[in-house]
Amino acid sequence: MRIGLAKRETRSQKISALVPIISFLVSLILGGIVLAFSKANPLNTYIYMFRGAFGSWMAFSETLVKAIPLMLTGLGVSLAFRIRFWNIGAEGQYVWGAIGTAWIMLYWQFLPVQMLLPLGLLVGMAAGAIWAGIPAVMKAVWKVDETLTTLMLNYVAILFAEYLYYGPWRDPKGYGFPGSEPFPREAWLPRFLGRAHWGLFIAIVIAIILFFFLARTKWGLEIQMIGKNPNAARSLGVNIKWGIILVLLLSGALSGLAGGIEVAAIAHRLQKGIISGYGYTAIIIAWMSQLNPIAALFVAILMAGLLVGGDQLQMMIGLPAAMGLVIQGLLLFPLLAGTIFTEYKIRIKKT
Amino acid sequence: MNREKVKSPVLRMVGITKRFPGVVANDSINLELYPGEVLALLGENGAGKSTLMNVLAGLYDPDEGEIFIRGKRVEIRNPQDSMHHGIGMIHQEFALVGNMTVAENMILGLRDIPFVPSMSEVKEQIKKLSKRYNLKVNSDTLIQNMSVGEQQRVEILKLVYRGASILILDEPTAVLTPEEARDLNRIIMTMLDEGKSAIFITHKMDEVIQFSHRVQILRKGKSEAVCNTKDVTQRDLAKLMVGREVLFRMEKKAFHPGSVRVKLEHVNGEDETGRQFLRDISFEIRAGEILGIAGVAGNGQQKLAGVLTGLFSVSSGRIEIDGKDMTNKQPIQMIRTGISYIPADRGRMGIVGDMSVAHNLAMKKYREEPLSKKGILHPKRILSFAKQMISFFNISTPEPSTYVKFLSGGNIQKTILAREIDACRGILVAVYPSRGLDVGATEAIRKQILEQREKGSAIILVSEELDELMAVADTIAVMSEGEIMGVVDAQTTDIEELGMMMAGVRRRSS
Repeated sequence: MRIGLAKRETRSQKISALVPIISFLVSLILGGIVLAFSKANPLNTYIYMFRGAFGSWMAFSETLVKAIPLMLTGLGVSLAFRIRFWNIGAEGQYVWGAIGTAWIMLYWQFLPVQMLLPLGLLVGMAAGAIWAGIPAVMKAVWKVDETLTTLMLNYVAILFAEYLYYGPWRDPKGYGFPGSEPFPREAWLPRFLGRAHWGLFIAIVIAIILFFFLARTKWGLEIQMIGKNPNAARSLGVNIKWGIILVLLLSGALSGLAGGIEVAAIAHRLQKGIISGYGYTAIIIAWMSQLNPIAALFVAILMAGLLVGGDQLQMMIGLPAAMGLVIQGLLLFPLLAGTIFTEYKIRIKKT
Repeated sequence: MNREKVKSPVLRMVGITKRFPGVVANDSINLELYPGEVLALLGENGAGKSTLMNVLAGLYDPDEGEIFIRGKRVEIRNPQDSMHHGIGMIHQEFALVGNMTVAENMILGLRDIPFVPSMSEVKEQIKKLSKRYNLKVNSDTLIQNMSVGEQQRVEILKLVYRGASILILDEPTAVLTPEEARDLNRIIMTMLDEGKSAIFITHKMDEVIQFSHRVQILRKGKSEAVCNTKDVTQRDLAKLMVGREVLFRMEKKAFHPGSVRVKLEHVNGEDETGRQFLRDISFEIRAGEILGIAGVAGNGQQKLAGVLTGLFSVSSGRIEIDGKDMTNKQPIQMIRTGISYIPADRGRMGIVGDMSVAHNLAMKKYREEPLSKKGILHPKRILSFAKQMISFFNISTPEPSTYVKFLSGGNIQKTILAREIDACRGILVAVYPSRGLDVGATEAIRKQILEQREKGSAIILVSEELDELMAVADTIAVMSEGEIMGVVDAQTTDIEELGMMMAGVRRRSS
């Protein structure tokens, strides 16, 4: 008997949907092995994690707090991935969003205070867009590899933010704490449950708009063409260079918005804790949601649950909080491996 | 040939069946090959020729059937097994490494080479074999500096170097000039004299007649007939291959050219490395005219098409469409002038494989009403438009929503043709439109091109099939190394004249 792979005649929709789910279960099993090695009962641990993330309104609101920036960065990264532009710079774009919003909130206070929030978020988006636009232009014009440029620019953004809150923007009344002055209270983004805030609704509305934009507009069609066959797209009259630049501006703007919302709703100042790794988790979200904007919302909640649940582990049973991150990392392997089953099926042959 | 019949076959394939999802590619096929003969394997695209040979080469695993070599049953599970039994296959895409020398390519992939191979021995061997078969191959040349014809000779050398006695050639002449094809034939003949034998896959009837001793015809995965070549005519072969009578002459209305639509003046083109791909190209095409471009693949024809469609820029010269300067415009601007483009590399340039047939059909017209309005697509209209096109152009697809990459080569080409012909507003650039297609599909495509001519389109038809050009085109320009060697009347020219120009001999102006 021999086992081989046979190509499918058509792509299976059912399998496409199943792959992320099965991958998640496989990653739980793999994570369980890691847990068993650290002498913890995997099942109990997972139950603790679940309770920690979803067990009460309080817990769920904390999960939402983390899910909101993950949703927006996840949407931004997915958009870039749709044209096969490997934007792993969401972290930097997010940080620039936070800087841009903070700049308006701190230094434009001569404006009416109700203008600070919308203007701040817009400037944050613009800052994120520019930060993604730089590697996009380099790729479109000079074919510079974007994985390197986007990754490197993350460090530039993070270090610049550090310079700001350790240096010129540091709150003189902040007892030496690395952070800016707080924003005016009237300009904060309102909360609705615990610390969960209106950013959730912004993210949901954006996801729905993106879904429609990608599926039902000619620009969405062109994005698909660029992503799936740039040569054919070009010969059919699609302008690839502008396509790359515009999509990346949008991608960066979404990550920038995530950063802006985070400072406007949670931190209320530009401070050290803002740099969080959301931009990297966004990559996993993009893959696991298979670049579908609506799916990205749910995957972001799941990933946030892993983060919050991981924090709980530390408090409840003394396991490192990084356990959540370990499972997140383990997710990517079965996910990437699993996509082979959308194109191939297993064939068992008797000889 | 009788002398082969008395010998026992060197290769026997019995009841070979190979199924792919939804299709039986080979349906219990028997095949025999005798020492010293050339067997032509003739059939339309998708008839199962390549599948059958890939089974022999160890690339596919048959579902049923047995293979005997010199009377002994063998199991061929991978290409190494196949090589071990003396079978060697040259695929359409050569398996050579461009930035390595001939000698280095020779030993790549061999199982038992020493850790530090002795290159001088390899070179000595190459020299001997090259001389014996008159291959004219130098072992120190880099593959990337060789012409396609030379590369093919390296592939042949590789097979004999590895001791192959059964050679399989998959459409070997597609990339050659008529002269090079005759050379290839001579090389093969020398090998036959040593008792080697060859199978060559083709869908061209004239090659069967010229090159083979026996011919086996496959149709829809089944073996249709086996005959001695000298007993059959091209017409018989065509009938066996297609299963019905085939028209060889196309109905073509008289030539009534209108005004000049496309005009090129002294166009030169250079790539990034400064290599010139077009040299001083000038011509005009009028409405209702088909300008055929002949030439060996890779002599600038595709670049010429790219210049006309805005995909490549020119370094000097002028391109005019309907009297307007359109030099170095973007593809979208060329599309707006009414140019339709059927590219040579269908999978890479013509379609987006991972999108539906419906979307691919709409890829020219999605920008405007009725398929979209203010940028919002109208899925129902796209679907009904696609259904119309599918039935009008006879595209066989399970659903309009099926991804194009799951269609057969012929139906992929029909999808491109449908989209481009439907959107064509007066200028058509068609590059190798019938390459790799079966007789039926080729006929349909030529008909469509002639229909466009009657509607008054100006057409550029790049083709490597001289018969096609002489049957369809009004005038023929021959390209060699980026230059036009001459322009002739398709009615009065002949293969010899075209062949000379293809080889780079300029036509004396009369």
